[in-house]
Amino acid sequence: MNESIVLTESTYYILLSLYKPQHGYGIMQQTEELSEGRLRLAAGTLYGALNSMLDKGWIVQLPIEDGSRQKRYKLTDKGLKVLLGEIERLKELVKNGELVTGGQQ
Amino acid sequence: MAERKTVHKWLWVWDFEKEERWLNEMAMDGWALCEVGFCKYVFERTQPGEYIIRLELHQHDERYIEFMHDTGAEVAGRLFAWVYFRRKSELGPFDIFSDIDSKITHLNKISRMLAVIGCANLIIGLINSFNPSVRIGWVNLLCATLLMYGLGRIHGKKEALENERALRE
Repeated sequence: MNESIVLTESTYYILLSLYKPQHGYGIMQQTEELSEGRLRLAAGTLYGALNSMLDKGWIVQLPIEDGSRQKRYKLTDKGLKVLLGEIERLKELVKNGELVTGGQQ
Repeated sequence: MAERKTVHKWLWVWDFEKEERWLNEMAMDGWALCEVGFCKYVFERTQPGEYIIRLELHQHDERYIEFMHDTGAEVAGRLFAWVYFRRKSELGPFDIFSDIDSKITHLNKISRMLAVIGCANLIIGLINSFNPSVRIGWVNLLCATLLMYGLGRIHGKKEALENERALRE
């Protein structure tokens, strides 16, 4: 497993939203909430990303529950590893950024 | 039933952004797209600005249409592989692509389609040019030239996005 994957912002927030099972529209809403309205995932972008992540085995589709026709997705162990790896990388970026600029705002 | 009107208009496929802009101007004036045909657009009377329209080249995929539907978008019309989506503006801004990568992927799809049709026209045109009993080989060659021009236009848009991506997502 390649440890040095750099995720796009969309990929990062999609994985983060799927820490708990979620359907497509839920991912869009959660991303917008978490980023305080800064990042709006568009449906076409999200659909493409979800399909790539399913292919890579980072997420799985959950069996459709009775009474609901919306598909829900969930992070796999592999996906969780990618997400945690990215959080570590982001910490490094922030640490070095603050180190060099001395935390200047 | 709401009042309707039909507009006949020719638009080049590489100007799909211009087409989208025009459809949104119509929607702002209270005419929302509700049906699409070859060079034909049907609009229905709505509140001004009630809908936002977006176009996408997407191979027939019911799962995708369902996915879009779950996010509040409906299909206003389809023409060949193009899907015309509309969504109520009260649901907030409506876009199909939100990052540079997916915009580039979409342009690649359009390029591929233009290249396939362009090459087919070129081959048919060349074969017909060497066949004295067929006198319309030039029509295909003209089509091929036009499609290659379109391909260049799409390539230009793609290059601009790729330069942008070198610095940001």
